[in-house]
Amino acid sequence: MAGTTADRPDRSGRPDRSGRPERREPDDVRGAARRRLNANPWNLLLLIPLVATLFPAFYNRTGPELAGWPFFYWYQMLAIPGSVLVTLVVYRATRGER
Amino acid sequence: MDDLKTTELVVFCLLFGLVTVLGFVASRWRRAESLEHLDEWGLGGRNFGSWITWFLIGGDLYTAYTFVAVPALIYGAGALGFFAVPYTIVVYPMVFLVAVRLWSVSHRHGYVTPADFVRGRHGSSTLALMVALTGIVATMPYIALQLVGIQAVLKTMGVHGDGIVGDLPLIIAFLILAVYTYQSGLRAPALIAFVKDTLIYVVVIAAIVYIPGKLGGWDAIFGAADEKFNSTPPPPDGPSDGLLLADPQVLGYSTLAFGSALALFIYPHSVTGVLASRSRDVIKRNMAALPAYSIVLGLLALLGYMAIAAGVTPIGADPEAGIPGDGNTVVPLLYDQMFPDWFAGVAFAAIAIGALVPAAIMSIAAANLFARNIYKEYLNRDATPQQEAKVSKITSLLVKVGAVLVILGLDPQFSIDLQLIGGVIILQTLPAIVLGLYTAWFHRWALLAGWAVGLGSGLLMLYDTPNPLRDKEHFGGPLYPLSKLGFDSDSVIYTGLIAVLANLAVVVVGSFLLRGAKAPAGVDSTYEADYHVEAGDPQVEVSPADTGDRAEVTASRGGPHRA
Repeated sequence: MAGTTADRPDRSGRPDRSGRPERREPDDVRGAARRRLNANPWNLLLLIPLVATLFPAFYNRTGPELAGWPFFYWYQMLAIPGSVLVTLVVYRATRGER
Repeated sequence: MDDLKTTELVVFCLLFGLVTVLGFVASRWRRAESLEHLDEWGLGGRNFGSWITWFLIGGDLYTAYTFVAVPALIYGAGALGFFAVPYTIVVYPMVFLVAVRLWSVSHRHGYVTPADFVRGRHGSSTLALMVALTGIVATMPYIALQLVGIQAVLKTMGVHGDGIVGDLPLIIAFLILAVYTYQSGLRAPALIAFVKDTLIYVVVIAAIVYIPGKLGGWDAIFGAADEKFNSTPPPPDGPSDGLLLADPQVLGYSTLAFGSALALFIYPHSVTGVLASRSRDVIKRNMAALPAYSIVLGLLALLGYMAIAAGVTPIGADPEAGIPGDGNTVVPLLYDQMFPDWFAGVAFAAIAIGALVPAAIMSIAAANLFARNIYKEYLNRDATPQQEAKVSKITSLLVKVGAVLVILGLDPQFSIDLQLIGGVIILQTLPAIVLGLYTAWFHRWALLAGWAVGLGSGLLMLYDTPNPLRDKEHFGGPLYPLSKLGFDSDSVIYTGLIAVLANLAVVVVGSFLLRGAKAPAGVDSTYEADYHVEAGDPQVEVSPADTGDRAEVTASRGGPHRA
């Protein structure tokens, strides 16, 4: 998405909103771009649940079994609390950030 | 109605009566000065905290149909049906960042529907209309399917007369639902969701604790399923079944999970749940907490294997003749067989009430789309908030009547087909909504063209998908063979994902060309800062009059366009 985060054209020609003070983009364009993409490194952790569950070739087998459950089933069930944990960590680490 | 199960029916009716009362009481709950405004009737006051949001969105996304159909799929096809688990795992991390942006910009501009946002961001009322229509068309069969869940339960309790008498309980149930939704708006499903989810948790946990012991342990359950799948050879060109995925299914499994996850939060009813919450923080917290429902869903899915081990045959099935029967009755039958009558009654009530919550939210979401993006946009541009709310309330009634007629008048299979189509077409609004949350660079005409291409190709591929198991030539399922696309492979892939890729390609290439040709771009009436506001920010002023900045867009139509 290169280019999408670039600065925008000057908007001063636009009509003002009725009854509302005009607000502008922050002057720090790179800061704005960073905010737009939520480029906090902590957010990258959110990729873990995706990688862990979207490649079935990795867990599409019966062994090792756990209490009678084939690996395919208990692995994916266990991925649920795992994903909760990751999301919670990111939530905590980025709390209050916009 | 000869073999009516009285105890089950009595417990069922008692619990159903309880939620009916709750539904009407809800209009006084967290009372607003007046419900005659879409923010109140349609979004419950935009003020739900973490707990209510958790119950509401959970009750919204994990529907009765899911609870009945996922185990039915596992019962019939095995591992493939378990895709619901990775699907509901990946969805939350994916929307964690996106949903808060949608919340902020909607909070800032008073948007009620996803189409409101599209209109404001891309400055195109045509695009907004298409997004609204897509949302309505995708949601309607979903509502009808909730009735299939109730029907499965009623069938199991022996309520299946001929003609209108047999359908009467279903009609009454939906009539009650329609009236209290009309009366209380989003507050009704929010309050009922507490009962629904508590019942579902109790019922599922009881089954997981109790049934395996009765059937000889998990070993025996998975063993029985394996035996069944091995004893029935898959049809030559049909989907294969088994405890594990067959090689050609692997890609289908992951793309189905990924594509369904992409679609889930652009369904209008999910957006309604998100926008009804109080703050960004509430949404983020919920994205971490909602997977608790996925655990229930995963356990529920395995009830399909328990049904195999317990020797359950679906109502209407004839294994000798190869007739599969109504697979949706598998879970109700399992409860009926395994538990005392009174508890089976509780389980059935849980499923039926589980149908009411999403049906109510979906009808509200569809009604809001109509009121905001069709009625106000095209029929009565000067509509007051009161008129808007009134139109939405009446539409929600009509939507539910429509759903009942569809189920009674047509083959239920038809609404299942429609729902399959719905998932594929709602995905085509992804570029306008989700990419739109990050950039206004994409040209409105390119977005429109991409939507049309995605829709057309998706429908074409679905039409071209047979299902030999069910003896169907068209709309046989959501997986499309790669070989038909010219690849040398026997793998299948989720149809919706191909369609949305085609859509995206058109959007990107089209935007380049249109911008190069200096075609007039839509006026974006949002600012980047709008996507970051949090409840209580000083600059937040939710004014009902600020609905998509119509005055501004109109005023600037003749003026300078953005490059």
